[in-house]
Amino acid sequence: MNARFAPGDRVVVRLGESPGHIRTPYYIRGLTGEIERVCGPYANPEELAYGRPGLPAQPLYRVRFRQSDVWADYSGPASDRVEIEIYEHWLEPA
Amino acid sequence: MHDDHDHDSPAHPHLKRPDVEDLPVTESQRLETAVRELLLEKGVFDTADLRRVLEMIDSWVPSHGARIVARAWVDSSYKQRLLNDAPAAVRELGIDPGPTQLVVIENTPERHNLVVCTLCSCYPRRILGLPPDWYKSRAYRSRAVREPRAVLAEFGTELPEGVPVHVHDSTADLRYLVLPMRPADTEGMSEEQLVELVSRDSMIGVALPMSPAASVGG
Repeated sequence: MNARFAPGDRVVVRLGESPGHIRTPYYIRGLTGEIERVCGPYANPEELAYGRPGLPAQPLYRVRFRQSDVWADYSGPASDRVEIEIYEHWLEPA
Repeated sequence: MHDDHDHDSPAHPHLKRPDVEDLPVTESQRLETAVRELLLEKGVFDTADLRRVLEMIDSWVPSHGARIVARAWVDSSYKQRLLNDAPAAVRELGIDPGPTQLVVIENTPERHNLVVCTLCSCYPRRILGLPPDWYKSRAYRSRAVREPRAVLAEFGTELPEGVPVHVHDSTADLRYLVLPMRPADTEGMSEEQLVELVSRDSMIGVALPMSPAASVGG
């Protein structure tokens, strides 16, 4: 698997509007975070959901975001984070 | 209604509790019945197969998770293996982690972890059983990520000042088990006794493990 990103890389989540079985939640689209780990290759769920093989497998990442970047009025400490699994085709270099 | 019956007196009202058949049949119930009957009629599987699968699902219980946590508390090398490769470490205890990739995330004095699936109901079912209804509710799914500290407070969970909260949104192929911190004053307890302190909620991250006193009392 050729993973485009490595732990520590800054990435931005695409502001996509694709229909279908999307595993990238709306609330995180367009935001910038940091790669926490490369999870490995996984068949693309957007294809699997329609009975297709989902290949080639996509690198899946765990991406860590500052909660204060996600919610403008976040009331918790600045050190709070949210970590989300995101497939590579939803990520661009920040 | 029997107006002269004691049970129906205004001082002692009984709310009607509907039988299963009194509730509307949902689309997914219809679909399940139709597909199940077709598969049985066509001989794809038989009722014994079906029962075996349902019994397997019933065998997934939170005490699996509690055994894993208690072992990690008493055996630091096991804990390292669990954090590095959770599926292999879980198999060591004779527990099947299933096909999805299990990841164990450790609570420390520097970080509290909380698990949610904002999209649906992803959950480490082989380790914790089926998720509770609140885990699948829209309220939890939106609020756990939006205001995790308010959610924790509603579960009665108070963290020491300054401990960062990391919310893990289980959106794809990984499943998360929180490894809670071992409670204070448990040095003399055996692994079997420690298992009793590990609640399901503490492994989702909405609660902390019970204290030994609470466990004895309960």
